Amino acid sequence: MIDLRLLADGGLGWLDASGPSSHLVLSTRIRLARNLAGRTFVGRNSESERERILQDVQSAARDSVLLRRAVPFRLDRLEPADRQLLHERHLVSKELAGLDPDGRVRSGAAVLVEDRLGVMVNEEDHLRLQVLHAGFAPDAAYAELDRVDTELGQRLGFAFHHEFGYLTSCPTNVGTGLRASVLIHLPGLVLTKEISKVLQGLSQVGLTFRGLYGEGSEVVGNFFQLSNQTTLGQTETELLDHLGKVVRQVMEYEEQARQVLLRNAPAIIEDKVWRAYGLLRYARALSFDEAMNLLSGVRLGVGIGVIPGVSMYTLNKLLIDAQPAHLAAAEGFTLDDPELPLRRAHLVRRVLEDDVGRRG
Amino acid sequence: MSCDQCHEREAVINLTQIVSGQITELHLCERCAAERGVEGAGLPAKSPLGDFLAAMGKSAAGDEIALSPGSLCPSCGGSLKDFRDTGRLGCADCYRSFETELRDLLRRLHGSTHHMGERYTPPGVEPLSDQRVQQELRDRLRLAIETENFELAAEIRDRLRVLE
Repeated sequence: MIDLRLLADGGLGWLDASGPSSHLVLSTRIRLARNLAGRTFVGRNSESERERILQDVQSAARDSVLLRRAVPFRLDRLEPADRQLLHERHLVSKELAGLDPDGRVRSGAAVLVEDRLGVMVNEEDHLRLQVLHAGFAPDAAYAELDRVDTELGQRLGFAFHHEFGYLTSCPTNVGTGLRASVLIHLPGLVLTKEISKVLQGLSQVGLTFRGLYGEGSEVVGNFFQLSNQTTLGQTETELLDHLGKVVRQVMEYEEQARQVLLRNAPAIIEDKVWRAYGLLRYARALSFDEAMNLLSGVRLGVGIGVIPGVSMYTLNKLLIDAQPAHLAAAEGFTLDDPELPLRRAHLVRRVLEDDVGRRG
Repeated sequence: MSCDQCHEREAVINLTQIVSGQITELHLCERCAAERGVEGAGLPAKSPLGDFLAAMGKSAAGDEIALSPGSLCPSCGGSLKDFRDTGRLGCADCYRSFETELRDLLRRLHGSTHHMGERYTPPGVEPLSDQRVQQELRDRLRLAIETENFELAAEIRDRLRVLE
């Protein structure tokens, strides 16, 4: 069993709901795809080459300022439940964790984590540098990641082409290698059925959306990850500015949708969010999807001022702790234990009761 | 409702655009939408990578053809067929080995083949001065014009403009 307490704030600093627009945006994640010059890409290289890459990256991290205290987790030496735990914390991708349906964890697969920064090693590319900030903060997040990129780039030689930019294993990431995603909660647009228009609009302006856990994941609890589609032909700043502009627009649509709901159907919406709260407070069994959807309702209720006093931090924390691997780890159960839905309901009840208790 | 562009055919696609924070909504017929590069609404968005990978292994008649065994990357031994099967390249040199195909793909994926972002200088290498970069670009621009590769010339010119 891995000990996530090794990480400052358990690697969850980004969920503290302190960031800009945190009532709508949970987190901003940026990653840069990098490969080492002169080395075969991960799909075609050998076990020993991946091992060497990991050693080189670790040694460069130790020499750096920003990652010198990074905690390494070797995915290839972890049990599936622990790998899923790291994935649920958004610290590693599904691919690196070997959680794809046909997936096995690749030898040499690892992640180095220090505060908001992380480096996935031997993922689709040799390195995936990443940063997670609370709320909507693309500029601050990129500024931090850019410094890590510079530090590692001075110690490791990256594969770079004068015309194509940073070379990546998949041509969809070539150029800047930059993918910025904003995890945003859009229940208003879902309830007013405007969401499909907004999502279609995204693809027309070069953005794409994914579910809660990124690539290939489903949308649960009305959480969407909006990110840039292209990585080449624009500067990093242009890519981030464009994403920022569109996300601000989407936030405005969401606020408008919430106003429409409150204006046109106040009784229905109040009933809906209080029912969600009631179920979470008193249900005796909750599946993960149900818990996410109810938490989404409560989050909306808090956001529009109908449910007073429940803190966003509490809701964010539940979002993490109610996930299967987190719950199983906390309760000492296996992932397939039939009692998990009961334990989940118990956890949610207890946390919400505490929240009420704190308010007196 | 008739199409906002041709005012003749029936509008079947609603196009919502966000430009500089302004939302515009257009109702277009399929032909006018296609002219604007909009794919059919409700259809899954086309993936240029998927299309490209699928098309690479087909002849004009649509039959599967074997790619010539000669097309291997000398550095990693990977082939275009491997790329088609996995969607991933074998090494950085693949970008040189399969440059023609990849250039075409990059243009379709990103609308460009030119990295405009941060320049990278590997450890132990003197960074190129702005003047050197501009001179190189001017040389390449001249070459592109001489070989009548006007698309590339336009891209290089854009990059020069940014630098200047």
